[in-house]
Amino acid sequence: MSELKTAEEKAAEERRGPAAVRRGGPPHATIGMPTEKSQDFVPSAKRVLRLMGPERVVVWAVVALAVGSVLLNAVGPKILGTATDIVFAGVFGSQIPPGVTQEQAAQDLRARGEDQVADMLAVMDYVVPGQGIDFSALGRVLLIVLGIYLVAALLQLFQGRLLTGAVNRTIFRLRRDVEDKLNRLPLPYFDGQPRGELLSRVTNDIDNVAQSLQQTLSQLLTSLLTVVAMVSMMVWISPLLAVIALVTIPVTMAVTRAIGKRSQSHFVQQWKSTGEVNGVVEETFTGHELVKVFGRQAEADREFAVRNDALHHASFRAQFISGSIMPTMMFIGNLNYVVIAVIGGLRVSTGAMSLGDVQAFIQYSRQFTQPLTQVASMANLMQSGVASAERVFAILDAPEQDPDTASAVAVGGTRGRVAFEDVSFSYRADTPLIEHLDLVVEPGQTVAIVGPTGAGKTTLVNLILRFYELDGGRITLDGVDITDLTRHDLRSRIGMVLQDTWLFGGTIRENIAYGRPDATDEDVLEAARATYVDRFVHALPDGYETVLNAEADNISAGERQLITIARAFLAAPSLLILDEATSSVDTRTELLVQHAMSALRSDRTSFVIAHRLSTIRDADVILVMEEGRIVERGSHAELLAAGGPFAALYAAQFAGAATDLDEIPAGQAELARPLGR
Amino acid sequence: MLYRLTRTYLAPYAVPLTVLLVLQLVATLASLYLPSLNGRIIDEGVAVGDTAFIIRAGAVMLVVSLVQVAATIAATRIGAQTSASLGRDVRSSVFRRVGQFSAQELSRFGAPTLISRSTNDVTQVQQVTYMFLAMMVSAPLMMVGGIFMAVREDAGLSWLVAVAVPALAVAVGLIIVRMVPHFRAMQKSVDSVNRILREQITGVRVVRAFVREDVERERFAVANRTYTGTALAVGKLMALAFPVVTVIFNASTVAVLWFGALRIEDGDMQIGALTAFMAYLIQILMSVMMATFMSMMIPRASVSAGRIQEVLGTESSVHAPTDPVAIPRGPVSVELRGVTFAYPGAEAPVLREVSLHAEPGTTTAVVGSTGAGKTTLLGLVPRLHDVTSGQVLVGGVDVRDADPEDLWAHIGLVPQRPYLFSGTVASNLRYGDPDATDDELWEALRVAQAEDFVRAMPQGLESPIAQGGTNVSGGQRQRLAIARALVSKAGVYLFDDAFSALDVATDARLRAALRPVTRNAAVLVVAQRVSTIIHADQIVVLDGGVVVGSGTHQQLLDTCPTYVEIVESQQAMEEAA
Repeated sequence: MSELKTAEEKAAEERRGPAAVRRGGPPHATIGMPTEKSQDFVPSAKRVLRLMGPERVVVWAVVALAVGSVLLNAVGPKILGTATDIVFAGVFGSQIPPGVTQEQAAQDLRARGEDQVADMLAVMDYVVPGQGIDFSALGRVLLIVLGIYLVAALLQLFQGRLLTGAVNRTIFRLRRDVEDKLNRLPLPYFDGQPRGELLSRVTNDIDNVAQSLQQTLSQLLTSLLTVVAMVSMMVWISPLLAVIALVTIPVTMAVTRAIGKRSQSHFVQQWKSTGEVNGVVEETFTGHELVKVFGRQAEADREFAVRNDALHHASFRAQFISGSIMPTMMFIGNLNYVVIAVIGGLRVSTGAMSLGDVQAFIQYSRQFTQPLTQVASMANLMQSGVASAERVFAILDAPEQDPDTASAVAVGGTRGRVAFEDVSFSYRADTPLIEHLDLVVEPGQTVAIVGPTGAGKTTLVNLILRFYELDGGRITLDGVDITDLTRHDLRSRIGMVLQDTWLFGGTIRENIAYGRPDATDEDVLEAARATYVDRFVHALPDGYETVLNAEADNISAGERQLITIARAFLAAPSLLILDEATSSVDTRTELLVQHAMSALRSDRTSFVIAHRLSTIRDADVILVMEEGRIVERGSHAELLAAGGPFAALYAAQFAGAATDLDEIPAGQAELARPLGR
Repeated sequence: MLYRLTRTYLAPYAVPLTVLLVLQLVATLASLYLPSLNGRIIDEGVAVGDTAFIIRAGAVMLVVSLVQVAATIAATRIGAQTSASLGRDVRSSVFRRVGQFSAQELSRFGAPTLISRSTNDVTQVQQVTYMFLAMMVSAPLMMVGGIFMAVREDAGLSWLVAVAVPALAVAVGLIIVRMVPHFRAMQKSVDSVNRILREQITGVRVVRAFVREDVERERFAVANRTYTGTALAVGKLMALAFPVVTVIFNASTVAVLWFGALRIEDGDMQIGALTAFMAYLIQILMSVMMATFMSMMIPRASVSAGRIQEVLGTESSVHAPTDPVAIPRGPVSVELRGVTFAYPGAEAPVLREVSLHAEPGTTTAVVGSTGAGKTTLLGLVPRLHDVTSGQVLVGGVDVRDADPEDLWAHIGLVPQRPYLFSGTVASNLRYGDPDATDDELWEALRVAQAEDFVRAMPQGLESPIAQGGTNVSGGQRQRLAIARALVSKAGVYLFDDAFSALDVATDARLRAALRPVTRNAAVLVVAQRVSTIIHADQIVVLDGGVVVGSGTHQQLLDTCPTYVEIVESQQAMEEAA
């Protein structure tokens, strides 16, 4: 079973995350992504550069090396042109009889009516009449060129290595800072946005910043320098030819922009079509059994064929248009080459230019178009890199949770008396949730909280953990305001089993030991036995070493929940919070777990939120919450006798069923709960 | 893998591919002709001062350039067209193949991987095919042609080609070979960095509640360091690649000049030929480099092709019979006779020797703990799986002998996860019967206790439904799924834990409304809640894949300890009974 999914693929699925899956675009068509504009380009770009601050020295060294290698690479062809001239001169020299001067030979040619060749000869260097190619001069020149190229390559190598180090260290620091920041952000920050969005910022956006930084820094500088150097060399060799070559710049720009514009819309179309095909595929595969049993396969096939054809068309157009950029550029390059070859040839034959210079010029003109297009494409890359950086900066700039009080009190052995004093809290300022709540829980008591979805049950227990800051009033633990404790101190006294059965991607053993890293194998086993984890673990191929994957879809929701209970069990805290701890477990198993849980609760203060009223019969106090208020409190028997809201709930639920119509099944909870309540 | 897949799927495009090959050949020849013309400008024009020849040769060069760009663009067009067609065809094959899969193959692969195989993997193969057709095809042509032209210009210098080409290929190849494992390592380490971040975000409450921030920070720091380490290794190799290539190019040029000069001095070569030779050598080296770099894409695409082949090569375990037996019209019964079902390779079967008989007009409930095999049992009826041994009969016909379409037409299914499709309320309900009238839809909604909330939606039946039904609540989704099954007016209804998100009162109303509509149908219900099944005509108790009791509620209370445990676990039930 598992060998069908490679590790890489699983990782890929995970990496893409929910947001990416929903967007469903092709992974490589980055060109097709609608270009994102940054909010405020210049300040943000500056801030990105400031990230490189600690690498200042390295960056300057990189710049110096880049200048050096570009300059050396630029003079190379010119010197190489001299070599061609030496060869050419040798060809001519061997045709002139020895003893005759260069001028005389030219005059002879003119006398024979070969004015043009004469003009050429008259201005030629290195011509020694009667002698062929001057090999010592040629050898010297070629050795110099070789040396120049070698040094240039070395400089380039050092530059590349230094730069990659600087960029990677910078990104390392950025990642570290962002992760650090995540630990200091208050919980409402996480609740306030879709998880996929935040996730995409800390992963995709940082990757994008890294990539843009690496590419722009290494290429932008070299490309710009190269363009400048090449143009100067061309102007130096022949201003006339330089003008001709430079004419191609605006032409190239115009053509690439025109094609780019056209292809952009095709890429957007391709992106859209891909999304649509992915949508049909996702839906048909996910609803596979329904499609079959309802006999809709043919319908699905038709639907798919239509989308697939549209994608075929769109991807053909996009590919074709973008694919024609290169040949078109090549054509412009060739035109340039032809014109330079012809005009250069004419100029050589009139003696206005040497053959070696034409040769060099052709090399320059071929080399300067490429960096030019690179600079142009860099603009988009920079835009998207800075836009990503802005999203990352937004995280770094988000307000942090209140720091722990400096004079934090260290409380000794907790007895577990919890008191809410006139507590008010709301997620949004305009919609009050909990108002003026008072509640005292004595050590060792079990408090059950019941009520409809959205009544504030989970919120209430989250406040004890100080996941949220109060708007008014205070909560005390053994008489000490919880804001006077460090979060570490407070939370290490509390064990919690959440609605959200989050497990990390590790083995079952590691997950159980999460709350107590120093636990022995025997401790883990004991916790597992008490919470019935041991029973199903043996049916798994790798037992306790079974690795839970990110989606944790290799074990059932009920089994996940049992593991989270074992985790809390092992942590053995003095205060226990059970939020819908057994909602995904079937009633028979639940009953068994209940026994374990009551053992766990016996000498601890416990808060229990439950849907199934049957599970809270033996609670010391039952609180009935509605709209953030406690509308009723008392023991099971008292409340039933009172015939109030609890009795009504109880009657509605005579079979231990779910209370709420609109209760979201556990599996979907993660996706559908915007506020983490 | 890649080769086999592309060969199969490119076969229908032999004609355009031949045209493409010809066009690439023309383009290559044209671009190879340019340096030779330039050489002649020097030898026959510049050196002898023939201005007219220079201009004439220039004009020819222009024409050749035009031919080259036209041929290249035409080839690009065919390449884009063909690779897009290949993508379409492969995608459609995968989609159709998965459509034939039974639930067994689907769960063996898993929906997410099948989705990525039919989308991302296909894109990958399509991309490489395009690259190959647009660029790689011309590389060997350019190489062969370049060598031919270079030799023609001057055979004496051709040994330089024989040295420069392998030198470049080996240098670039070595760098790439060293880079590939780093790339893999980098992918892995970026995945682990992102996985930890993902866990920290999704598990923020747990991390904080268990005060594990420091441990998480350390875990992340390790991953971040590993990632930076591999990224640096890759970066350093990259930094090496460009200078090495430049040096080889430049050294070749220098060598051509030196050895060319020697040959010119001996009168074996003209100076124009030297220039042309230099241009050819550069062209050859360029194409070698292109080919080497592009071959980097092949391993990745090959993995994708393998994953696609794996899907295409998987046969459905459920086959349609060649000679189907028709299931009788009208009310049908459902019968399981000594059914055993095991997943292939599993040690223990999920169901063992299960028998039950459900007459039309009766309700049969299946209860048991999680993992008892209830859902598997229901899935056997519409042949989502096939039995390992024993028989499943619908209307007296073994389901394996019936035409699947015929079988499915008799079945209304409400699965455990009430999945809805994107569209509208009406389009979802018409899944059961495309020709149902609005009145019929409303009737189904009424029975499913969904009428009120659909009426309350501003657009009623035409209200939009998001993919999966995520824009309605769990309870609403469940009721819409029930209504969808009812619209099909089936002879057999399968409700797999279909009432779990409903409160007891709604559950009771729904069951009451259901009774008249299903009076001629065999109804199978899987449920957790005892109240849902208390009035069923028969209750089958499953435990560990075995039937441990069957009968009515009262009978089972007397005879079946497992059933009693289930009932007792729902304590409040005792008081009600």
